[in-house]
Amino acid sequence: MDINTQIILVIIVTSLATFLSRFLGVLTSEKVKADSKVFQWFNYVAYATLAALLARMIIFPAGVLAEADLILRLIVLISCIMLFIITKKNLVLPTVFSAILLSLLSGL
Amino acid sequence: MINSKYFFQGLKSLIGLRSPALPLGCSFIALGALLKDAGFNFQQSALSSFLTYALPGQLVMAESFIVGASLINIFLAVWLVNARLYPMTVSLVPLLKHKDQPRWKYYLSCHFLAVSSWLIMKEKYKRVENKYRIDFWIGIGTGTISTAVITTLLGYSVADYLNEDMLIGLAIVNPVYFFCMIIGAMSDTKIAIASIVGAVLGPIIYLISPEWSILYAGIIGGSLSFLLGDKNGY
Repeated sequence: MDINTQIILVIIVTSLATFLSRFLGVLTSEKVKADSKVFQWFNYVAYATLAALLARMIIFPAGVLAEADLILRLIVLISCIMLFIITKKNLVLPTVFSAILLSLLSGL
Repeated sequence: MINSKYFFQGLKSLIGLRSPALPLGCSFIALGALLKDAGFNFQQSALSSFLTYALPGQLVMAESFIVGASLINIFLAVWLVNARLYPMTVSLVPLLKHKDQPRWKYYLSCHFLAVSSWLIMKEKYKRVENKYRIDFWIGIGTGTISTAVITTLLGYSVADYLNEDMLIGLAIVNPVYFFCMIIGAMSDTKIAIASIVGAVLGPIIYLISPEWSILYAGIIGGSLSFLLGDKNGY
């Protein structure tokens, strides 16, 4: 199998694996009412799952982020969260700051 | 078929200071560079962001591909890392449902479901008339997926000019931004409990079971906050 066919297959497999969760979500939603307990449970599970994923992305990252030391990643995250709180929930400043700070720190 | 007024309102939510277009763009620029590194061509990189449109899954895909994992292994690894999309979909679509809207809209537009679009919709749905929430959602989704595809291609094109420190800087923007957004949503006590427990348990369970850690942490954190809140009547 040539490399291009392999890559296309990998893309399709990845996309199917991803769409599966979205599709099953809509299917389940047919039976779930927005004011029900089940909906509430799913809502909290969604936030907890998301927080777990984000924590994993910082502590056990995939991709290029793994090249930066854990301590640097944590310093950047914590200082940006503090900036977010100090600036009364400005989102642009901490995100721009995070990229610059980590680039500088990991270049040292 | 799709109400254009609400569609464009949704699309416009990508403009402005709270817009997720910036962090979304940064992380897909880093992804574009990574895909080039993994041996994808220009069109394949765009196709991947268009068809998958879920950053953590695409990162896993690229890494698994580089180490030569089998298709079945890639499917399982991606499914597990992107399984968060299931509870996220179930906690959004019921808010968008309306009896006058056709079902195909929901089954097609669920492809737009990703962290960025989900958080915007969660923040804004109350201000959108019930019947047209789905059209507003399609507007948001069209905007976010276009941003993802365009910035993937941008990252692919400028990959040679970005040094590693710059790529590392770009890659942290995404988790930082979404951490801030979740902290913004924490004024709701139960969301706060769920998020904190999830964030603490996720990495701990990862040490025991890397693949299942996100799901386990999510179910435990979510159920705990659901039960606690019920008892204490938050």
